Amino acid sequence: MLYALCFLLFMIGLYCAVVKKNMVKIVIGIMVMEYAVNLFLIMLGYRAGGIAPIVTRDQLSSTLGQVLPAFISSSVDPLPQALVLTAIVISLGSLALMISICIRTYQRYGTFDITEIRRLKG
Amino acid sequence: MIGSRLPLFVAIPLVTAFVLPLFGSKGKSVATLLANLATTALLVLSVGTIGQSAVYEIGNWSIPIGINFVLDGLSSLLLLVISVVSAAAMLFSTRYMEQYTAKAKYLCLFMLMVAGMNGVVLSGDIFNLFVFLEIASIASYALVGFGCEHEELEAAFKYMVLGSIASIFILFGVALTYGNTGSLNMAYISKAIAGSGLNTGLGFALALFIVGFGLKAALVPFHAWLPDAHPSAPAPISAMLSGVLIKSLGAYALVRVLFNIFGITTSTGWLLLVLGLLSMVAGAFLALGQWDIKRLMAYSSISQLGYVVLGIGLGGILIAKGDSPTWASLAILGGLFHLANHAVYKSLLFLTSGSVQMATGTRQLKEMGGLAGKMPVTRAACTVASASIAGIPPFSGFWSKLILVVAAIGAGFYWIAAVIVFVSLCTLIMYLKVQRYAFLGELPESLQQVKEVKGSMLFAMLSLACLCVLMGLLVIVPSLKAGILDPAVKVLTDGLQYSTKIIASS
Repeated sequence: MLYALCFLLFMIGLYCAVVKKNMVKIVIGIMVMEYAVNLFLIMLGYRAGGIAPIVTRDQLSSTLGQVLPAFISSSVDPLPQALVLTAIVISLGSLALMISICIRTYQRYGTFDITEIRRLKG
Repeated sequence: MIGSRLPLFVAIPLVTAFVLPLFGSKGKSVATLLANLATTALLVLSVGTIGQSAVYEIGNWSIPIGINFVLDGLSSLLLLVISVVSAAAMLFSTRYMEQYTAKAKYLCLFMLMVAGMNGVVLSGDIFNLFVFLEIASIASYALVGFGCEHEELEAAFKYMVLGSIASIFILFGVALTYGNTGSLNMAYISKAIAGSGLNTGLGFALALFIVGFGLKAALVPFHAWLPDAHPSAPAPISAMLSGVLIKSLGAYALVRVLFNIFGITTSTGWLLLVLGLLSMVAGAFLALGQWDIKRLMAYSSISQLGYVVLGIGLGGILIAKGDSPTWASLAILGGLFHLANHAVYKSLLFLTSGSVQMATGTRQLKEMGGLAGKMPVTRAACTVASASIAGIPPFSGFWSKLILVVAAIGAGFYWIAAVIVFVSLCTLIMYLKVQRYAFLGELPESLQQVKEVKGSMLFAMLSLACLCVLMGLLVIVPSLKAGILDPAVKVLTDGLQYSTKIIASS
């Protein structure tokens, strides 16, 4: 169910990026898509009632010399969180560049409407 | 030890990229020298990787916990191509970029793009591949809009929107793959898929990868951004974009995912073949009608990348059927050899177009004419590159097209051989048009004062032109073929054995 909503969010972003005529709205659409994917990644590692994947002293088994099976079965997956952090940083970089291109374009053309910004064709 | 040298391919351009902006406008010549040194060092290093294979584990963490760099025949071929083109383009930029302000920033973005591409071809971890792909893409968006004029900004925005959507598709694909296989290392993903087969999630991930990398590679019908973006960039960057960026970020990554991770099947092979055919034919027809010299070349890039994908797709179909391994490896050889050839002659063509634009101040073929007398070296370089791309013996393009035709006939796909020859003819016509309108005919009044370009620009063009003539040796001389091309072909024909090799070597 949650995955379906996440996919819906992705499709809304894609729709917005493809259909809208305003440059800023296209950028917003792309960012919505990005967040939908980030949300999806986070949900992959989510576990209801899970604990943080940090091993403390009382989760180490003294006899086995390794972490308790209970820790493994209840901690959330830390990898997607690391991926999402990286993905957020990347999307921040591309968002900054996209917005600056929008601002420069507005200075040149005086409009955000992509149907009026059409010097290239063929 | 070749393995311990692998991180240098990313580290050298990355460190150079962050040092360069410190030089500002006063130390421009020092910055240029430094950037040229870096690309030359990469060229030397990549020649050293020929025929080698190695796995490097970052921070000594063994896979699947750590991240690894994998050098095999295919990565080595791509590294070599990237280094050759970037060294030539950097040499060309030394003079050409004097027209623009903020040269140090340009050099920084250039080096970032190289770092990203080297990372993509070396990475053995699919999320890392995505990260490097984004580094290279974001640098290229900024470079396309570098001039900050009307057309450049428009093209950069178009390119950036489609490129970002492609990246998000790829990230979504990575997420789905991780969710279904529990690993991000390509070797372990491949092992998990071979064990469990394709389920719905993985099938969807495969579709997302094909669309994402197809957009990056500008295959028809995902090509809309390329003819705007490539001509708008400064000429050395057009050479980099058409020469190597669409190949390493698009074609290489797509082929790696299809052959080594998911395993090639008849249907994905046919998909590649059809995408390749569409790109070849549509790109060639659209190029014929162009009057802007760089736009014409950009459309012809789409068409030429079609050859690469067609060859590899044909090989994939034959591998999946499993009845004619000789023809399969011949088709893949043709595709990969064409990739290397196209990188060299298309970057040379864009460099010559840059010289012409710098000398005459226009890109419109109709405003040019009679430049042969004024710019003899540029004209000679352009003729060599045109002969190569059209497939006139003994230039490089002839050999790769010949191999593709022979493989298609040998495998019984006669109609494909016919299409290859037909598109080759269209290519010949479009470059005759360039020759006729730019270099022959009457010199217009306005261009009487035109002078040939000088120094490093000439040297860059001449060295690429020599390569165009000599590239044929790569298939004629058996030792060169066995050293450079055969290992690359073997990576693809081996397919899923990739994972067992990587896992065994760690």
